[in-house]
Amino acid sequence: MRSRLNSLFDALLPVIATLAALGVGAVMLLVLGANPLEAYGALWVGAFGSTNAFAETLVKATPLLLVALGICISFRGDVINIGGEGQMIVGAILATSVGLTFTGLPGWLVIAMAMLAGFIGGGIWGGIPGVLKAYFNVNEILSTVMMNAIAVQFMNFMLRGPMIDPSQAELASKIPQTARLLEPFRLLRWAPTRLHLGALIAVVLAILVYILLWRTTLGYRIRAVGQNPNASRYAGIDVKRHVVLALLLSGAFAGLAGMIQVYGVNYRMITDGSASGFTGSAGFNGIVAALFGQLHPIWSIPASVLFGALLVGANSMQRMVQIPSALVTALNGLVVVFVVSSEIWRRRRQRRRLAAAKEEDVPPKPDPDTPGKTKVRA
Amino acid sequence: MDFIIILQAGVATGTVLLFATIGEIFSERAGVLNLGVEGMMLIGAMSAFSTTIATGNPWLGLLVAMFAAGLISQVHAFITITLHADQVVSGLALTFLGTGISLVLGEGLSKAGTVSLLPNLSIPLLSQIPLLGPIFFARQSILVYIGYLMIPLAWYYINRTRPGLHLRAVGEYPSAADALGINVFRMRYFYVFVGGMLAGLAGATISLAVAPGWFSELTTAGQGWIAIGLVIFAQWDPVRAAVGSYAFGALRRLILDIQGPLTLLGFDNPFYYNPYWGFFLQMLPYAFTVIVLVIGSREAIRKRLGAPAALGNPYIRGERGL
Repeated sequence: MRSRLNSLFDALLPVIATLAALGVGAVMLLVLGANPLEAYGALWVGAFGSTNAFAETLVKATPLLLVALGICISFRGDVINIGGEGQMIVGAILATSVGLTFTGLPGWLVIAMAMLAGFIGGGIWGGIPGVLKAYFNVNEILSTVMMNAIAVQFMNFMLRGPMIDPSQAELASKIPQTARLLEPFRLLRWAPTRLHLGALIAVVLAILVYILLWRTTLGYRIRAVGQNPNASRYAGIDVKRHVVLALLLSGAFAGLAGMIQVYGVNYRMITDGSASGFTGSAGFNGIVAALFGQLHPIWSIPASVLFGALLVGANSMQRMVQIPSALVTALNGLVVVFVVSSEIWRRRRQRRRLAAAKEEDVPPKPDPDTPGKTKVRA
Repeated sequence: MDFIIILQAGVATGTVLLFATIGEIFSERAGVLNLGVEGMMLIGAMSAFSTTIATGNPWLGLLVAMFAAGLISQVHAFITITLHADQVVSGLALTFLGTGISLVLGEGLSKAGTVSLLPNLSIPLLSQIPLLGPIFFARQSILVYIGYLMIPLAWYYINRTRPGLHLRAVGEYPSAADALGINVFRMRYFYVFVGGMLAGLAGATISLAVAPGWFSELTTAGQGWIAIGLVIFAQWDPVRAAVGSYAFGALRRLILDIQGPLTLLGFDNPFYYNPYWGFFLQMLPYAFTVIVLVIGSREAIRKRLGAPAALGNPYIRGERGL
């Protein structure tokens, strides 16, 4: 009975964390002179108020989920990937150039090739910090952040230079964007909303990532390296290779998110000079969604929908009660604050269980859902 | 193009990184990794600028910036020190939180116009030294001189004073420090606060001196992350941090200034408002950070130097060694 209560409490923890974050957010709204109920009402209506609103929420949730899947892999392997933004950008650049080059091929083939290109592009951008970490001892948190900034400038160069829309190239004030993808290359949409096939692809991939992590040798090894690199080495696992693989796969899913944004939503790449102008900060918010989903691919699905809803709702909140939509960034931070803080209860209980098991002399049941504690090797 | 002027501006730009890096050194020396530097810097830059606009007093702006950033650093301190939670995740949360709060409160500030800035001054005799004088001691912001003072003071404090010894003990071997009667928890809270205050000072240095104004996230443009990288390059030593900070400051300025002149050392300047080269130039600080990390990490292995032993680990009384 007690254990059932405890697992109920575990399942409710994210909900409690969200409510606590919204509570602190309400105080911030009061400070800004807005009525929190009115503001959150606008947020709710904006995210779930109509079919179209809900479709927009799912559209925003799709890249979050894809990035979050990559984060599940890398964080489980004890590598911290903050480079989702850059990986999305590079994946999108590669995928877009596939769509703009092979204009004679059938749609399904180009889409498949573009997905592969996005996967490869993001994989390269994640793999570089992986190699640097495994073989040069470079802290991956910092190198992935730096790779973001490099990718942004690369995008700005590509969209003004080699990949610029031919119709813009002749104009005096050029808009830095690519040409639009041909009609047959665009992902299927549920008209009249903007919800596209990418959402379904992301959910299918979530299941595949679950299988990868818990039903394959590769996934087992990545998790083993994350839990205890020394024990893994003694067990004969090539630790360095799996560090690289974890970051590479993580980047690849972010790259796919970039591809989906181009082929499902915008049908072209366009830059305002910043990373968030293209990604909508999905590379960062995906981390929040994954942490909220307890680094579990399946739980990341509802988590992504929640944060997609916050993003869409914040825009309508800005329109209706004039609260800057950047409030969502603060709310995201607060959610993570409360989620990471709530870990203490889980750990305390585990310790008590260990102590109880010691008394009864029964080996304790390992908790398969507790990811390896992140150790910092700066 | 006058290299003296570029280096002079580079020193001012580097002062931002200097404050942030030394702040993070204090925090990490106490065993707490704080990845929220970028967020704390934004809080500092925003509150310094808005306070100065409201009161007309940049000194007050500076104080408010340091206090605000120090205050928000305590969120991280509470989560990691008292609740023993993961320092990496909490630091990321602090980045989100700081960025979000400063963007919300700073909305509209970018159109607020100019403010009275902190004074620039020249040091009478020192500015006459050939070459070094004009670079380091002529018409620099007063914050630059505060930076000069901070380097030896921070080094002396960490390496030669009793509280500095306690600081190192808490970061290297907290259970031994605890056994000696040093309050590990209070020390860690304090140095996280110091790190926050210095990150706030770094932010204020941008918005009140180096690049006055509020340009939302672009105000800091990733310098908080570069500072965390420089801590590794500096091997947790304030003097090495100063070298790295000023070098990076000069690089940042060079990238801006190299696109201006028509000729460079007698040749046509290939970077002269070239629409494409600029993007690659802007990658340089970040690419260099990666290179610096490679060098710093290799050197650390070779010399068997490294992070404070307890960095990243919560201290829980009565649990395991360390």
